[in-house]
Amino acid sequence: MTSDLKTAQKAGLISCHSCHLLCQSANGATDMLCPRCEAHLHDRKPNSIARTWALVLGALFFYIPANVLPITIVVSLGKSQSETIMSSVIYFVKSGMWPIALVIFVASVFVPLLKLLILIFLLIGVQRKSNWRRQDRTRLYRITEVIGRWSMVDIFVVTILVALVHLGGLVTIHAGPGAIFFGAVVVITIFAAMSFDPRLIWDAEETIHE
Amino acid sequence: MNSLIACHDCDLIHRIKSLPAKGTANCIRCGAVLYKHKPNSLDRTLAFAMAGLILFILANSFPFLGLRIGAEIRETTLITGIYELYVQGMQVIAILVLLTTVLVPFIQMMCLFYILMPLKFGRLPQKLPWVLRFLRNLQPWSMVEVFMVGILVSVVKLAKMAEIIPGISLYSFLALIFVLTAMTVSLDAHLIWQKWDENR
Repeated sequence: MTSDLKTAQKAGLISCHSCHLLCQSANGATDMLCPRCEAHLHDRKPNSIARTWALVLGALFFYIPANVLPITIVVSLGKSQSETIMSSVIYFVKSGMWPIALVIFVASVFVPLLKLLILIFLLIGVQRKSNWRRQDRTRLYRITEVIGRWSMVDIFVVTILVALVHLGGLVTIHAGPGAIFFGAVVVITIFAAMSFDPRLIWDAEETIHE
Repeated sequence: MNSLIACHDCDLIHRIKSLPAKGTANCIRCGAVLYKHKPNSLDRTLAFAMAGLILFILANSFPFLGLRIGAEIRETTLITGIYELYVQGMQVIAILVLLTTVLVPFIQMMCLFYILMPLKFGRLPQKLPWVLRFLRNLQPWSMVEVFMVGILVSVVKLAKMAEIIPGISLYSFLALIFVLTAMTVSLDAHLIWQKWDENR
């Protein structure tokens, strides 16, 4: 069955990543532009594995201060109280509002970590030229593309709290340094998912059938 | 070459066939969606972009939440929240919020107007390829729907402290989410490229 299945790469074609036009690949030529939309043409995303690894490791590194440092600082009557993401989750669990605790935990703690772990899993699979459940691994990749954005929830919450709670110096809320690292994690993981090329998952098969 | 398409997830080549109404073409190997038939794609997208622009202006002109403690009421628009962050020295975060909830959705709508208005009257906008490519690159950075969840979480957080008053623009934000999603989903880029190829 595989004999009549052909990839663009094997046919000497490059699919434009932006407009999906199939272009003739000029062998050896670098820096080709799509004749239709003028996007740079690559048969695979350039340095996909190295770039994704770098971004994943960077995000993992920032993930620690994002969770340890306070994301908001509440100043009331001269006393200031720092809040990290986990401390606000614990506060909501204790006060019985577990649905909201769950939302914060999933969006801010679980999703970024899950996304990073999936990307690491995919990278290792590609590097080992694994043929194991390629379709499911491609599906995992699609999940990482979709879920990352939801981690921005906490950044938005901080924005709203800072704006609203500003009552004549009695109580004010400031954004803490954790917010910056947290924002960095979200942005870097989005770039990491972009730089990974899911076609690499399938390239292993073709080398075996050759 | 225009009758072929390569799967963006696994690079397998497929022949492009015409689809039945609302049909979807999936990759036979990895299952990715290759292309879809979207009825009245261009008209619908243009309509959603127009509705989106009106809602966007409403959502950003009025406060979306108010807070009452005693006799004092404090209200906030999106821009004031971003401004507070900026003033507090969190410029990076302020810019990130500004981009994902205000600038990117706005630019997306503008790009669609630029592409779809002339097409509606049978003309081709000159910079179409560039704008369509730009629009595609912007897609991951539009996060209005995530912002809505942020509003919900904030409301719960503040509910114990003070009385929360929902503002007018809260409703326009809610509607904006659905309209922007519908706008993105109904756009058939494949069809626009086809028109570009035919008319050039």
